[in-house]
Amino acid sequence: MTGVLREPLVDPDSRAWLDALRGAPAVRERAVARLHALLLRAARFELTRRDLPPAELDDLATQAADDALVAVLAKLDTFRGRSRFTTWAYKFAILEAAVLSRRRAWRDREVRLDDREWSALQPTAQEVLEDAEVLAIVRDTLRDRMTAHQRRVFTALALDGVPIDVLAERMACTRGALYKTLHDARRKLRAAVEEAT
Amino acid sequence: MTPERETLRGLLGPAEPEIGCEECFELVDEYVEAELAGRDADGRVPGMRAHLEGCPACREEYESLRALTDPPD
Repeated sequence: MTGVLREPLVDPDSRAWLDALRGAPAVRERAVARLHALLLRAARFELTRRDLPPAELDDLATQAADDALVAVLAKLDTFRGRSRFTTWAYKFAILEAAVLSRRRAWRDREVRLDDREWSALQPTAQEVLEDAEVLAIVRDTLRDRMTAHQRRVFTALALDGVPIDVLAERMACTRGALYKTLHDARRKLRAAVEEAT
Repeated sequence: MTPERETLRGLLGPAEPEIGCEECFELVDEYVEAELAGRDADGRVPGMRAHLEGCPACREEYESLRALTDPPD
């Protein structure tokens, strides 16, 4: 016994997974193989929803399943039984597969991170925002009320459509930190739009 | 809602309180199972719905998890 707390809410199937993954070496080895197969299925499911060549799909699915297996085993003691173990494990494979696939889609694309003049973005923004009055508010707020970092992040994520995990990789930060920046930028924009309308 | 308003809402994000990406990942399995069981998912995980509206990446992953977990009829 490792001193790990028993999760009181865990259903019998999930309990069986946990016991096997914490079991004797032979039992654990079989459970890890079954878990890897489960994660591979989830990764393939996620990648099949995207337009990928079959050979590349297999490679990415295997890589995603391998990475997810490491993550699941590392976080096993955080499983609290608020969902079934399989659903909990699936999300790791889906995350890994989605991130790999988005990065692959953007691998040859430049992500501009310079603090551009908002006026230079007007044609792009005009396609997004049909309302000229709102566009003016957005432009003024970006220029006057946001930091350069907020402008860069908002422009990349909300206007240029860069996936958040691609941007996180290029900026060497976390997805959560970027979303917080986007959230704060949006809050300023909403306040400005509300003030003006 | 007109397409323009919808686009604007997408750009400005949800006005409602929302959780972040890390919390979304932590709770998405519970949220999906609550939804599929017909329980009050938004009551159990407040702020999840708004986050899924505002974060396309988390939304994609939620949709995949839900589709994978939802048993076929």
